[in-house]
Amino acid sequence: MVKKYIADWKVKENKVLNNDHCLLKLCLDEPLPEILPGQFVQVKINHSEHTFLRRPISVHFVNQKVRELWLLIQSVGEGTRLLTIVNKGEALNLIYPLGKGFTIPSENNKSNKYLLVGGGVGAAPLLYLGAFLKEKGITPAFLLGARTENNLLQLSEFQKYGEVYITTEDGSAGEKGWVIHHSILQKGAVDFIYSCGPKPMMMAMARYARQRSIPCEVSLENTMACGIGACLCCIEKTTEGPACVCTEGPVFNINQLTWPI
Amino acid sequence: MADLNVPIGGLQLKNPVLTASGTFGYGIEFADFIDLSRIGGIVVKGTTLRAREGNDYPRMAETPAGMLNAVGLQNKGVDYFITDIYPKIKDINTHFLVNVSGSTIEDYVACAERINDLKKISAIELNISCPNVKQGGMAFGITCAGASPVVRAVRKAYRKTLIVKLSPNVSDIAEIAKAVEGEGADAVSLINTLLGMAIDVEQRKPILSTITGGLSGPCIKPIALRMVYQTYKAVRIPIIGLGGISNGKDAVEFLLAGAAAIQIGTYNFIDPAISVKVVEEINQYLDRHGFQSVKELTGAAV
Repeated sequence: MVKKYIADWKVKENKVLNNDHCLLKLCLDEPLPEILPGQFVQVKINHSEHTFLRRPISVHFVNQKVRELWLLIQSVGEGTRLLTIVNKGEALNLIYPLGKGFTIPSENNKSNKYLLVGGGVGAAPLLYLGAFLKEKGITPAFLLGARTENNLLQLSEFQKYGEVYITTEDGSAGEKGWVIHHSILQKGAVDFIYSCGPKPMMMAMARYARQRSIPCEVSLENTMACGIGACLCCIEKTTEGPACVCTEGPVFNINQLTWPI
Repeated sequence: MADLNVPIGGLQLKNPVLTASGTFGYGIEFADFIDLSRIGGIVVKGTTLRAREGNDYPRMAETPAGMLNAVGLQNKGVDYFITDIYPKIKDINTHFLVNVSGSTIEDYVACAERINDLKKISAIELNISCPNVKQGGMAFGITCAGASPVVRAVRKAYRKTLIVKLSPNVSDIAEIAKAVEGEGADAVSLINTLLGMAIDVEQRKPILSTITGGLSGPCIKPIALRMVYQTYKAVRIPIIGLGGISNGKDAVEFLLAGAAAIQIGTYNFIDPAISVKVVEEINQYLDRHGFQSVKELTGAAV
């Protein structure tokens, strides 16, 4: 088991991305442990009267050199709303790094085509994954979906690491529709799919992958309490029985799951 | 530094702080955050004779100052505990207690018998109060007629310290406590979770797959404290108090209301190092008020 830590991180920047999304750049005074793409952190919510539990947030990006961790936050409920309004200099208490991340291909598979498919704020972990792959000499392609152009997050960041294909539900950017409808998927020639986003989107990608026998990993976001495998609340049914998403996931190969695809 | 030792039946705890079943895994999940040997004991998660898959997802709903759970005693069974978990915990320098649950009296007895043979396990906590299982669990713990036979049967089969965990979902918890004391329980722990419910108004359906679940966290603390006090007035055996403890002051309240020791449950999820902090804070309280021993606090306010 990888060692877990608990520490106060300092908010270096809180960048507003649109009405209900922000990018938090957090930093630590000491060197960061190894943090892998697809892992997450448990964030304690400061000064909250109405929430109780920590919030599991996926790792959006890590810069070991400047000891920086990025979190992409969508204001969904009270806990995440409070995270979108934290101030520069404020301390956020994190438990990290948590969970099992995406499978990183070996150098021998460099020539393969990796497609990283994200929906909405679910695209968050794919930036770090893309950067990680690029570092290994693999150029990934991203397929990102959002409701509107305004909800496409961090596009210029994604573009640093590979080609970015886009769908929006209203057609305001990229192709109109959902990611599963994008023409790139009809052209084929994908060797591995990583997906994170709303469950219907991931199920559609899983179905696409299974029909074509393409290996596919998905990142789940079941409701969690502890994040460290103690409470058994976030279980997902797998072929080997109930699994804790927080410790045995959040990333699963679709063949481990019992989804009706 | 005051004396923090506390006896519970045949068990000599190095301090009165234990971690509650179902909130601390097997302890090893928390080894990155604290030195496990610094807490008085660890009550490992609910164990049954045979493996149980637990309830369907969703099993959890956050509430103001607390949470509801409907895990339903998911565990791999007592034999898995003995073969796979026990070797990993047996050399850790604190007490390990196993929370034992079942659907029938025979299951409780068979499970307790197997644990009896484990040298390192110094006590069991008999769970007759789980609100999240269809058969057994809380059904045993909500009447004296239900509680007495199971405690009597396990008492015959289990020779070491027997603690019975009580349900708050009763009209008079002191009556149940007296009944299990009469059957030979060495101590009682209380309270288990309160039966509660939450609804998703957008979907217009209950959040939990089981509709109702067990409420825990700071929101239940005043109820737990009241029940510890009522039980303290009714029995002579030691009481282990739990329910919403999130700091040293909360723990001291339970001791003053009549508890000899306490357990920390849901707050382990918020701060995985809370148990050790509570030990330190109890110690500071004792020094600040000039107490020689933590035992002096038990019932001192009531």
